[in-house]
Amino acid sequence: MSFISNTKEQQKDMLADIGSTIDDLFSDIPAELMTDEFNLPKGLTEQQVRGALAEIADKNYINLTCFLGGGFYDHFIPAAVYSVISRSEFYTAYTPYQPELSQGTLQAIYEYQSAICRLTEMEVANASLYDGGTAIYEAMMMALRVTGRNKVIVDDSVNPIYRVMIDSYTKNLSIQLEQVECTDGQANRREIFKKLDNDTAAVILQNPNFFGCIDDFSDIADAVHKKGALMIVSCYPISLGILKTPGAMGADIVVGEGQSLGMPMSFGGPYLGFMSSRMKYVRKMPGRIVGKTNDRLGRRSFVLTLQAREQHIRRDKATSNICSNEALCALTAHVYLSLMGKEGLRETAQLCADKASYAYHKLTAIPGVKPRFKAKWFFNEFVLDLPCEAADVIARLIEKGFAAGFPLSRYYENMENAILICVTEKRTKQQIGMLAEALETCL
Amino acid sequence: MVIEGLFYTEEHEWAKVNGNTATIGITHHAQEMLGEITFVELPAVGKEVEQKGELAVVESSKAASDVYSPVTGMVTKVNSDLESTPEQINQDCYNAGWICTMKITDVSTIDNLMDSKKYEEYLKGL
Repeated sequence: MSFISNTKEQQKDMLADIGSTIDDLFSDIPAELMTDEFNLPKGLTEQQVRGALAEIADKNYINLTCFLGGGFYDHFIPAAVYSVISRSEFYTAYTPYQPELSQGTLQAIYEYQSAICRLTEMEVANASLYDGGTAIYEAMMMALRVTGRNKVIVDDSVNPIYRVMIDSYTKNLSIQLEQVECTDGQANRREIFKKLDNDTAAVILQNPNFFGCIDDFSDIADAVHKKGALMIVSCYPISLGILKTPGAMGADIVVGEGQSLGMPMSFGGPYLGFMSSRMKYVRKMPGRIVGKTNDRLGRRSFVLTLQAREQHIRRDKATSNICSNEALCALTAHVYLSLMGKEGLRETAQLCADKASYAYHKLTAIPGVKPRFKAKWFFNEFVLDLPCEAADVIARLIEKGFAAGFPLSRYYENMENAILICVTEKRTKQQIGMLAEALETCL
Repeated sequence: MVIEGLFYTEEHEWAKVNGNTATIGITHHAQEMLGEITFVELPAVGKEVEQKGELAVVESSKAASDVYSPVTGMVTKVNSDLESTPEQINQDCYNAGWICTMKITDVSTIDNLMDSKKYEEYLKGL
C-alpha cells in the first residue's frame, strides 16, 4: 500500500470539510475511558531500542534440542519452500479481492485443496482455516448444521488447546458438550457409545491423539453413522504418510493443524487449519472453496465457488464468520507436500515413527522411567511416567540444552509425573542418546 | 409476470391455496432478481413453520436467500426435482419450479397475503 501523508494542515482541511473536530470524532468513547496518560517510558534512539529488544530476545532459549510436540512439530523444512512462497506473486496473507483476477493464487489454493483431499482420503477440502483449533470448532458447527441436532461428544485425548477453544467459542451457545475420558490412552468406546444417541450431532476424535497413541476409529464411525451423526477426526498430517487415513476410517469431516507441513514453530503462528469432508456436505462447509471450470473461450480457469454462503453475502446466516483463508500458509503446505511427494512423505513419517520407537526403548530403559500406557501403539510421541514431577525435570533439562517434552499436568489431572515426548525425523540417534543420559542425571 | 388466483407475500413468495393445502414457490420477480439459481435447500417433510418463518434457502450465483413461509403450516411434500435441476425455478417458477406443499394449520394467515392485483401494484411501487 502506498504511503498516504497526514499532516496537521491536511487534518485541519479534512476536519473543516466535514465540519467537525478531533474531539467530536471521539465523542462516542465514554469520558472515563479517555486518558491523556499512557504511562509510557521516554523515547529512545533507534540504536537503544534495538539493544533493548535484543536483550529481551536473548531471554529465549533458541538452540534447544527439541523433543517437544503436543500439536506443533519440529520437522525439516527444505529451503525451496521459502524460495517458492516468497515470490512476490504469491506473497499475500489472504485470498485477494477480485480473486478471479489472481488465477495463479487460485490455482495454488485449488492444488492445495486437492493435496488435502488425497492426504486425508476425503472428497472435498476448503481453502483453509485459521488453525487446528478453529478448524475443529468449525467442523463441529458444520455437523450441527448438517444434522440439525445440538449434542456433541468430545474425546478428552483431543488436543486440550483445541478443547479450550471449543469451550470458549460455544460458551454462549446452547450446545450440549459431553466430554469422554479416554482409557489407557485410547478412545473409550463404552462411554462414547453410552452417550451416543439420536440427539448427537457429532463425535470428535483425534488420531494420533494428544498422547501420541494411534487408533482405528472405523468401529466408532459405524456406530456414529447408525445414529445419523457425524464423525469428526482431527489428525496430524505428517502421520498420514503411513497411518490409516481418517477417510478410510469413515470420517465425515477431517480437520487438523497444518503447521507440520513446512511451517516453523513460531510462538503460536501464523498456522494453518485444514478441513476436508464428503461431497454431500459441501454446502454446509465453512470458508471458501476454489473450483476449476472453463471460461467462455473454453480455457481452464479457477474461481471461488459456493461463495454465496459466506459472510459478505449472507451476513449472520453465513456458514462461518471466517471469511478468508490462510492463503500463504496453505501455499506453504502445498509447496512442502509437492517437494516431498508421496514417497518423501511416507519416508518422513516412517523415520519419525522409527526414531520415536528407538527413543521410547532407550528412555524406558532408565531406572524409574515407565511407559504411562499399556498399549504400545504410538506414532512419534509417547508418554512416560517419571519418578518425580515432570515439570521440574523439564526445567532442569532446559539448562542442559533440551526441550525435553511437555508436562501433561498442565492439562490433565493425576499426571504430575507424566511427560509427553516427541521425536521427529530431525532428531539423530546421538541426540536421543544424549537426552537419555541427561534425563537420567536429572531424576 | 404475476399469475391470477395465487396469493403473494412482500418477500416475493407465492402460494396456491386449495382448501387447507398450499403449494409454495418464489415469484417471477424474485427469480429475476436472484439470477441463475444454482441450488435449493429444501425443507424437511414434516417441518412446522409459522408464517414468515424460514422455509427454504434458494442459492444463486449472487446470493443465498431465505424463502419465508407465506402461511403457518406443516410441510407435506417437497419438489425434489429441484435438487438436480434448480434452474426450473428460473424457467417456470409458478409450475415446475414449485418448492413445497404445506398443510395450512392456521387458515387465517392467508388473510395477510396479497392477491395478484395487489402484488402487481406492490411491484410497481418498488
